[in-house]
Amino acid sequence: MTTTRTRALAPYLYVLPAFLLFATFSIYPFYKLAALSLFDWDGITPTMRFVGLANYQEVFAHSPVFWRSFWQAGYITLLALVFQNALALALAMAVNRELRGGAAYRVIFYLPPILSGIVVGLIWGWIYDGNFGVFNETLKRLGLGDWARSWLADPKTALTAVAVIHMWKGFGWGFVIFLAGLQTIPQELYEAATVDGANAWCRFRHITLPLLAPVCILVSILTILGTMQIFEIIVATTQGGPGYHTEVPITRILASMLGSSRFGYACSQGIVFGLILFVVSLIQFRLSGRMERRRA
Amino acid sequence: MISQIFKGLHRLWSTTESAKSLLGICVIIWVFSVVLWCTGCGRGGSSPQAGLRIWHWMTDREDAFAQLAKRYAQEHGAPVRFELYAPSDLYAQKVRAAAQTDGLPDIYGILGEMRDFASFVQAGHVLNLTQPMTEQGNAWRNTFFPIALAMNSFDDDNAYGAEEGIYGVPIDVMNIQLFYNKRLLAKLGLDPEQPPQTWEAFLSVGKLAKSQGLIGFVSGWAELWLIDCFATDYAIHLMGQKRVEATFKGKVPYTDPDWLEVLGLFAQMRDSGLLAEGIVTMVNKRAEQLFANEQAVFAFNGTWGVNVYQGMNPNLDYGVMMLPLVRQDRPMVTWGGAGSALMVNAKSPRRDAAIAFLRWLTAEEQQRLLLEATNNIPANRLATTVLSAPLAAFADDMDKVVHPRLFDVQERSQVIEAFDKGIQSILIGEETPLQVAQAVQELKAREERRTAVQRSEETRQASLPSVHRQPSTVHR
Repeated sequence: MTTTRTRALAPYLYVLPAFLLFATFSIYPFYKLAALSLFDWDGITPTMRFVGLANYQEVFAHSPVFWRSFWQAGYITLLALVFQNALALALAMAVNRELRGGAAYRVIFYLPPILSGIVVGLIWGWIYDGNFGVFNETLKRLGLGDWARSWLADPKTALTAVAVIHMWKGFGWGFVIFLAGLQTIPQELYEAATVDGANAWCRFRHITLPLLAPVCILVSILTILGTMQIFEIIVATTQGGPGYHTEVPITRILASMLGSSRFGYACSQGIVFGLILFVVSLIQFRLSGRMERRRA
Repeated sequence: MISQIFKGLHRLWSTTESAKSLLGICVIIWVFSVVLWCTGCGRGGSSPQAGLRIWHWMTDREDAFAQLAKRYAQEHGAPVRFELYAPSDLYAQKVRAAAQTDGLPDIYGILGEMRDFASFVQAGHVLNLTQPMTEQGNAWRNTFFPIALAMNSFDDDNAYGAEEGIYGVPIDVMNIQLFYNKRLLAKLGLDPEQPPQTWEAFLSVGKLAKSQGLIGFVSGWAELWLIDCFATDYAIHLMGQKRVEATFKGKVPYTDPDWLEVLGLFAQMRDSGLLAEGIVTMVNKRAEQLFANEQAVFAFNGTWGVNVYQGMNPNLDYGVMMLPLVRQDRPMVTWGGAGSALMVNAKSPRRDAAIAFLRWLTAEEQQRLLLEATNNIPANRLATTVLSAPLAAFADDMDKVVHPRLFDVQERSQVIEAFDKGIQSILIGEETPLQVAQAVQELKAREERRTAVQRSEETRQASLPSVHRQPSTVHR
């Protein structure tokens, strides 16, 4: 009897430690976040005032800067999806071709992601500096002095300049994942295609891309989720300025929480932000699944 | 009961291999929990006999604090541990989180607005120090600069509803002024001992500096509070403190000509070519580097700059002055007050020891040590007799210090942010002073309406018989 019960219980008990950790560090904080979003609370006082959905009403009806920050994060995400991932894929393909010193390239390309976002931001801040920056000096030496400007302080270039920093820091992740994906594609397929007279573009179009599709989906989702949550680089370079030109959702949530001491409102912003990311990921999954089925 | 549990466990152990594995997992979880608890997830060190724990955010003072802790332990036989956490944003979060779990140390500093400070007081996290401060004929209280103490006190009719009293012990004082590089002024053909005192003369340095490949003015204006200091100084200079307070109360709009003049000053600075390229996204550390490297003529910076410049360029020849006057018949003020202050945790079992330590820390001898080690103006006035020339200039102007925390009412943080961001927009030529003023006023009006609706709802609820009231306030 005891043995039977133990056997029945065993699977649940095996899962229990992981479930406890997940519940403690994921489910409970999410529940707490959702609960706090219904209150007006400064984060310090022992009492909280219940306001129902008023915080959400404010997020949707009276928070133009918050929604603007979404579009700005979306712009950076779009650039990252296209350029960062294209660069990552191109470099992964180059390194995959058994280049001399390939291992060294792998290390070099993987270095930016492991650097601190704050450090990367500060270094790029010096590069972009409008007074004595390396970038402007280079432009001047190339005879393009008219283009020199304070890249991070000019509203026309600030967001793109931040996006470039983010892409530089982030392409290493995609590079590693693409490289791993490329190494799973059998060489025989390429050899057979070459014998059949396929050129490089055909081999890429009809062998590499289809077989790399699951990896592309994974990298795209990681890029979207990672870029929408961009924060450290913004803090280190522009602090959301000039004006609101480089504000992103996380900086707005933090401003509500620490700047205005409106924890309930900040939590409702966090919930809305999380839900939007969830929906975007879901759409991405659906579209990718449809593409896979069509290809199959 | 316990023997039954042990019997059950023994039976389980002796039945199957998988049960052994399960028990192993449980033991691992238990060990993990114990390790977590011991390494800081608990509220450790709460016994009255343990040493004092102090939290602060200024990591550049680590050596000085360590020296003071060692000295205190030698003199009084009581261990003291300073724990420093940077950056300040992170520290502010840590203190709030600790307050939620009653995990605050014996002594700590609070970063934030006056309303945050009041919330800590109302939540019972800060000890009222009025009694120790005022005993023996205000002996301890009288050692401090009055403004530094005022910033850590609440009056009987304060707008936050906090109990009247002194709640913080300032350890240094500060204000923010204009640093000028004497060598660069001479290079521009100006008298290094007579820096520009008028607004027009100040602006004219812009073109001169540019012609020599220099920057006229730097400051960390990516950090909104520094813009706010500059704007507040000129708002009070041009409008007077009463009208600024009247604006915060909603009686004077931001579209008032006086406010437009204040905002217009930033447009004039932009047009004069005085400002560093990209000043709106320049963090103060970068501004300090540019001034220390003798690339900028002026820097708007605080008392701490003396120590920073000393570290970056010991040969820098500079002076300190109040901001130049726009109107000669109006006095100029300087934004400042307590540089940092320490509070005693009202829930600490070592409250008396904490007060004794703070009394010792702010005594003349210790304050002099802090002065030598950190180049900040001590909060104890008796220790300010041996200041270096720049620090003496700052200290001399302590009677001209203002701080919005001491106003009758404070502006909403959303409005302050919109105002400061608006100034950034003026500086980059994106908006005019009028556009910024209109946007800020619009936001303020909206916030006022929201607050009015909230208050009327509260009043309505309060007027209902208790059985009909909604339970709108809950304890965490």
